Amino acid sequence: MAEPLQVSDADFEQEILKSDIPALVDFWAAWCGPCRAIAPVVEELARDYAGKVKVAKMNVDENAKTPAKYGIRAIPTLIVFQGGQVVEQITGAVSRSIIENAFKKAL
Amino acid sequence: MPAWDYDLIIIGGGPAGLTAAIYAGRARLKTLLLEKLIHGGQMMTTDLVENYPGFPEGISGFELSDRMRKQAERFGLLIRTQEVLELKPGKPMHTVVLEDGSLTAGAIIIATGAHYRRLGVPGEDRLVGKGISFCATCDGAFFKDEEIAMVGGGDNALTETIFLARFAKKIHLIHRRNQLRGAKYLQERISQLGKVEVHWDSRVVEFQGQDNLEAVKLLHVKTGETTVLPLTGAFIAIGMLPNSGWLKDLLPMDEWGFLLTDEVMATGIPGIFAAGDIRAKLWRQISTAVGDGSVAAIAAENYLEELKGG
Repeated sequence: MAEPLQVSDADFEQEILKSDIPALVDFWAAWCGPCRAIAPVVEELARDYAGKVKVAKMNVDENAKTPAKYGIRAIPTLIVFQGGQVVEQITGAVSRSIIENAFKKAL
Repeated sequence: MPAWDYDLIIIGGGPAGLTAAIYAGRARLKTLLLEKLIHGGQMMTTDLVENYPGFPEGISGFELSDRMRKQAERFGLLIRTQEVLELKPGKPMHTVVLEDGSLTAGAIIIATGAHYRRLGVPGEDRLVGKGISFCATCDGAFFKDEEIAMVGGGDNALTETIFLARFAKKIHLIHRRNQLRGAKYLQERISQLGKVEVHWDSRVVEFQGQDNLEAVKLLHVKTGETTVLPLTGAFIAIGMLPNSGWLKDLLPMDEWGFLLTDEVMATGIPGIFAAGDIRAKLWRQISTAVGDGSVAAIAAENYLEELKGG
C-alpha cells in the first residue's frame, strides 16, 4: 500500500475498525490549508509504514457520519485506531515525528 | 568563496522566505529553503487575500503561496521539507542542524514566522479541536447553523468573522476594548452581515464544557460583571507569537521572543538575517513580509560579496 487509502462512511468500519494492523486516519477537506500542508507527510508515512500501519484519508466534505461520531470539530485531525478503539488523536498540522510517535506506541 | 554547502540557507517558506528566495536566485546565490511543513506559511490558511497589491479581485492564500513558490523555483530555488533543530553561528560559515545531518552556508535568513496566541484561560487547551479553533477557513464549516464566538478585534478577527458568517447562525464578536482595531472596510462589512453581535470591553475568562465546548464566560472589564454565553464554537484571533523557541537565546529578541533587527534585517550576528513575522515590528502583513524578504536577500548578497572581497 504505497498510497493512503481513501475511506468513506460506508467502508470505515470494515477498513479501519476491523483492521488487523493499527490504522492512521487523516480527516481532511480540500478547503483547508493546513490539511494540504500535512498531505505530503501522510503520503510519506503510507509509503514508509506499508504493511505495518494502514494509512487512510477521509474527506469530511463527502462523509459526515464518521467525523461526527468522533466529535471532530477541527481539521486536520489525525486519529490512530487499534482494534477498533481510538488510541491517539492529533489536531492541527504537526511535523512528521509527532505523527510517528502517536502510532509507534501501537506498533 | 569558502567551501560551504550553500551561499544562503533560508529557514521558513512563507511570503518572507519565498520572496528572499526569488531575490537570491536572481543574484545567482546557491540557495536552499528549508520548510518544516509546506511553503506558504499562514497564507495557506487565509481564504481570500484582498489587501495584497496586484490582485484586484483578491486571491486565495493557497494560490498566492503557490505562485510565489513557482516564481522562486524559476530562479533555481531548491526547497527541502525539513525542520531545523539548531543554528550554530560560525566564521565564515554558519551551520544548520537537521534531524539527519547538518548543512553549512555563508548567510542565513530566518523567516520561521509566528503562530496564533492562546488566551491562556481555563478550559482552552482542553477544548481546542472540540469547539475552539484558531483557523476559520479550516473549521468554519463544522459550525453550520450554530451560535459561535470570535475573540479578537484586529484584521484577522474581522476577516475570519466575515468568512464564518457563511456558516454560523449567529456570531458573538468578543473584544476587550470599546472599539475595533481592524480595517474600517472590514468593520463596515461586519455591520452589514446582520448576524454579528459585538460584546465591547469584554474578556473571555473561561471556556466551559465536558467533551465539547458548551459556553464561554465573559468578564466585562469596566463593570466587573460576568456573563455566561452558551455557544458551541469559539474562534480565537488575538495576535501572534514568534516561532523562535528553537533559537533559544542565540540572537537578540524582545520580551516575547520576536527577533530584533536593524533596517537591513541584520540580527546581532554577522551573516544571519531575519525577515517576516518573526521580526519585532508593529505590523505583520503579507506585504510587509514580502518587503522584509527582499531587503534581507539583498543584504545577504552584499554581505557575501564583502566576505569574498575581504
